[in-house]
Amino acid sequence: MELVQMQKSLQDYTKSLFLDGVLDSQFLQLQQLQDESNPDFVSQVVTLFFQDSDRILNDLSLSLDQQVVDFKKVDPHVHQLKGSSSSIGAQRVKNACVVFRSFCEQQNVEGCHRCLQQVKKEYYLVKNRLETLFKLEQQIVASGGMIPAMELGF
Amino acid sequence: YYYSSMAKDGGVSCLRSSEMLNVGIGGMEPPPLDLDEVHVLAVDDSLVDRIVIERLLRITSCKVTAVDSGWRALEFLGLDNDKASDEFDKLKVDMIITDYCMPGMTGYELLKKIKESSSFRQVPVVIMSSENVLTRIDRCLEEGAEDFLLKPVKLADVKRLRSCLTGDVKLSNGNKRKLPEDSVSVDTSLPPPPLSLTFSTNSSDSSPPLSPVEVFSSPLSSPEDDDDVLTSSPEGSPMSEESPIRRQKMGSPGLD
Repeated sequence: MELVQMQKSLQDYTKSLFLDGVLDSQFLQLQQLQDESNPDFVSQVVTLFFQDSDRILNDLSLSLDQQVVDFKKVDPHVHQLKGSSSSIGAQRVKNACVVFRSFCEQQNVEGCHRCLQQVKKEYYLVKNRLETLFKLEQQIVASGGMIPAMELGF
Repeated sequence: YYYSSMAKDGGVSCLRSSEMLNVGIGGMEPPPLDLDEVHVLAVDDSLVDRIVIERLLRITSCKVTAVDSGWRALEFLGLDNDKASDEFDKLKVDMIITDYCMPGMTGYELLKKIKESSSFRQVPVVIMSSENVLTRIDRCLEEGAEDFLLKPVKLADVKRLRSCLTGDVKLSNGNKRKLPEDSVSVDTSLPPPPLSLTFSTNSSDSSPPLSPVEVFSSPLSSPEDDDDVLTSSPEGSPMSEESPIRRQKMGSPGLD
């Protein structure tokens, strides 16, 4: 595939993530922080987010599987995930965490289980999409091209 | 344990060694202390947020030390024990930016300890929080916080903080800034910030069905459980006291 085509594909793909609400403007903020001195900043931060989130989701599954659910343990985890997903612009994960927290507040175990499933669903979705996005970027760079700056006017 | 390193663009940060391996930063000698450079101490228990705030600060030409708790911050500042230590007189910290919700010591508690110390009380302290809770903001500003940033923090927020800092007078002995005799707070040396910038528009505010949920902090979450020490109203206040739409920064003495 030609370089120009690859760059166009990347732009279209990125745009679709915003239009679908998978990513929000905070992701653009992260991209602004990437430059020649820190060319992998976004993928580094996102990778840390994935590692952090994998751990949190695991802890959440364990906590919710207990005979007696300790909401004092569950809520801080959700709060943490809400924060980190917000910081990288993973909008749907963040929104799912907000709903999750309200069920924690109500100490609704059934509701929390459903929320965890929803959070996981959104998380795996954004993880998958971002991994694809980074692959597209790598292909462009490997072909000697530049990653086009995201246009904000859509 | 954690140690300093120099990232490619010359910034200095304190990351735990496991974190450093993950971000691929090699261990190098920290550069010599440059008294003209702005040095910021960033405090956040979230690794992702620490990396982001550190980058935001470095890209605005600050030297950064990032730590993961209030205790580590006090340790860094030499405030963690009662013994006065001479080596901390040379420590130059121009601003402290801290998350509010942290396990153990909250950002508010850290703010109080800094304002109680003779060596660092004049250092501007900025609080960051993901929750737009007016009682929280009031409480922090009353305790002497310089500013309150709503997370996720944006480049424009940090640029604004940075431009406020360059207006301050620096003495050659480092961290103690001399204030005009007639001023009570550090705010008088700052240009009044545009009110709309403190709470920048973000998606959490623009999704209406979720904002009301966002405003009420959960009484169950332990990192936020600091209402015991306060006399102000609890954070689970009725809607009439807190509006998710309100974006104004609360005025602190000396700003108007």
